[in-house]
Amino acid sequence: MSSDAILRVEHLTMRFGGLVAVHDLSFTAKKGEITALIGPNGAGKTTVFNCITGFYKPSEGRVALRHGDSAQWDQLESLTASSLRSRMHGDGALFLLERMPDYLVTQKARVARTFQNIRLFRGMTVLENLLVAQHNSLMVASGFTLFGVLGLPNYARAEHAAVDKAAMWLEKINLTDRADDPAGDLPYGAQRRLEIARAMCTDPVLLCLDEPAAGLNPRESAELNDLLLSIKNEIKTSVLLIEHDMSVVMQISDHVIVLDYGTKISDGTRDQVRNDPKVIAAYLGVDEDEVAKAEAEVGL
Amino acid sequence: MAVTSTDSPTPGGRADLLRACRDAAIAGLVTLGMMLPLIGFRTVQNINNELVLETRPGLLLTMILIVVAGSLVISLVIRPWRQRKAAAHVAGESVQRAHVRATIAKYLTPFAIGFVLVYPILSIVFAGWQGSVKWVDNFGIQVLIYVMLGWGLNIVVGLAGLLDLGYVAFYAVGAYSYALLAKEFGLSFWILLPLAGCLSAFWGILLGFPVLRLRGDYLAIVTLAFGEIIRLVLINWVSFTNGYAGISGIPRPTFFGIPFNANDDGFAAVFGLEFTPMYRTLFLYYVIVGLALLTAFVTLRLRKLPVGRAWEALREDEIACRSLGVNTTNTKLTAFAMGAMFAGFAGSFFAARQGFISPESFTFMESAMIVAIVVLGGMGSMIGVAIAAVAMIGGTEIMRDMDFLKQIFGNSFDPTQYRMLLFGLAMVLIMIWKPRGLISTREPSTFLKERKTVAASFVKEGRG
Repeated sequence: MSSDAILRVEHLTMRFGGLVAVHDLSFTAKKGEITALIGPNGAGKTTVFNCITGFYKPSEGRVALRHGDSAQWDQLESLTASSLRSRMHGDGALFLLERMPDYLVTQKARVARTFQNIRLFRGMTVLENLLVAQHNSLMVASGFTLFGVLGLPNYARAEHAAVDKAAMWLEKINLTDRADDPAGDLPYGAQRRLEIARAMCTDPVLLCLDEPAAGLNPRESAELNDLLLSIKNEIKTSVLLIEHDMSVVMQISDHVIVLDYGTKISDGTRDQVRNDPKVIAAYLGVDEDEVAKAEAEVGL
Repeated sequence: MAVTSTDSPTPGGRADLLRACRDAAIAGLVTLGMMLPLIGFRTVQNINNELVLETRPGLLLTMILIVVAGSLVISLVIRPWRQRKAAAHVAGESVQRAHVRATIAKYLTPFAIGFVLVYPILSIVFAGWQGSVKWVDNFGIQVLIYVMLGWGLNIVVGLAGLLDLGYVAFYAVGAYSYALLAKEFGLSFWILLPLAGCLSAFWGILLGFPVLRLRGDYLAIVTLAFGEIIRLVLINWVSFTNGYAGISGIPRPTFFGIPFNANDDGFAAVFGLEFTPMYRTLFLYYVIVGLALLTAFVTLRLRKLPVGRAWEALREDEIACRSLGVNTTNTKLTAFAMGAMFAGFAGSFFAARQGFISPESFTFMESAMIVAIVVLGGMGSMIGVAIAAVAMIGGTEIMRDMDFLKQIFGNSFDPTQYRMLLFGLAMVLIMIWKPRGLISTREPSTFLKERKTVAASFVKEGRG
């Protein structure tokens, strides 16, 4: 296990009744990198996501996340042995995500996510969507509503700062002109970008994107690549993404993990994965000795 | 290629006419089928006290002709007129209409508040001291109680999207809290008002816990059951609540310690006025105005705070809320507690005003009425809910003395007996005309450059 990991998934298993959706999966996502999780339909990618973000409780296994420097990982075994969810250590912290309810995964462990089928607050404006994402910091600033109802100035300042942050993200995703329109009125590609910006407004250390390029045209895909690269390089947020669109995966990801039938079949850099016969077999559905022929046909 | 009806009016007109005749014939047949057993026949007793069947072909024919004529009018007059209107609906006109609407919206609120404040004075001027009691008490106070209840429920149903059919339970908790505490401990109205609100909020949280995981229809059923439980407890716990007989002789509110009576230390004597029971009514009127305005102020404030935005986000998409770190448990519980608290205020006011309460005042009908006010007004809209409360409560009150209807339907016609029928009819019509309520657009809580209202089609309805 590399020490610069931000997320360590170890022996993760998820069963739904008799169906094993994910079986004994282990991988790491490195800090400051874009890690892609790919695989054919039904491979269990979204299930892994739901386990990481607390929407599912995994049947077995450990999902650990680190804030701060890599020395934190030394604490992992003692944290697991205790009944705690997290442990602060110096200016960093270690979290066991499988022990946390979904909203705390975002609030405390600062893992944000988007959804395969876009889940915006369609009846609220674009700006309001970005403000709901800053709920927890605004809640504290409003004295858990009490100061806010009384109209104290420190809440007004906090809201001003929140609107400024939202405006910064609107600038970044090119939606400043639509800030006061309902989110449900935006075109599809813009809704995808807004969902990413909304997740980023929660100040995450790890951003989990579930098929962000689904349904985008090539130009929008390219814009998405730029957005994700700027999140990685300028804001220094690590990204974990599920994707089908190989033009996105192969251009921006630093590290690719391939799932098939709930198990990991390949793990490495994009070139390693691209040439892995098991991956090609999983995607094209041929025997391994026919891979060479298949490769020749698709021009690899 | 583009052959429109204006290019060839004759065939289009003939087709329309044929279709209209066909529709009218079908409507007539349906009416015949429905009305034949209902109106066509009647059993009457003859001289020998035997039941005989009487046929009424004339009345039946009249009914059918009314339906056929109505169908023809709709197909040949109203529908083409609406189509022409839709076609003539150009952009400039709609901008102008939007402008007019914005102007109305701008002045409506201050005008409404001003009107509410001077309303008792107007009613005294026009109806005199004696006549105005009815207008201020039966009409003004009654409507304002329901406005307040509507605004309170609006937090739960309209903003948080949790359909609560047992809202009257919190109203009952507030009323009984005031009645029992005032009678047993002699505490004053102004101490018990916040206390009743707190107790109701506590019961709101108690209800909130078991229903946290429920949504939509299931939530509605459980809240409905909760409302009934509270009512049945009030009926059956006789030693505590005095059961069906209710609680009478509840202390009336005083003017900050000065009672409203004819004694020497009464309000009139202290202020050197001639005694009239109207002073208490006026005082109660302004108290409920104050409480309603407080509800409106707090709700409007909360909408702009993170908790209010979280309520609306919860209505739009609960899973997305959780993915953004919003604690949905707390958010739902605060919505229930806030809604219940305002019901508690209204309840304690109700008990203080009536001087007598019994479980009869807190039936499911009341809950249904409050939900109807919120739905009719447009979920989430304060002005819409207020208009709906005026129309529904005020409308049914006014229908009590619509004596002119007797001149139309004959002297045996009693308008009070028909008010629920007319009321139901009006609701059906409004729901056809405006399915999302009177004011269905949503005002955003904040804006970056300009405030635009959100069209109803984007906003989720309160379905839990």
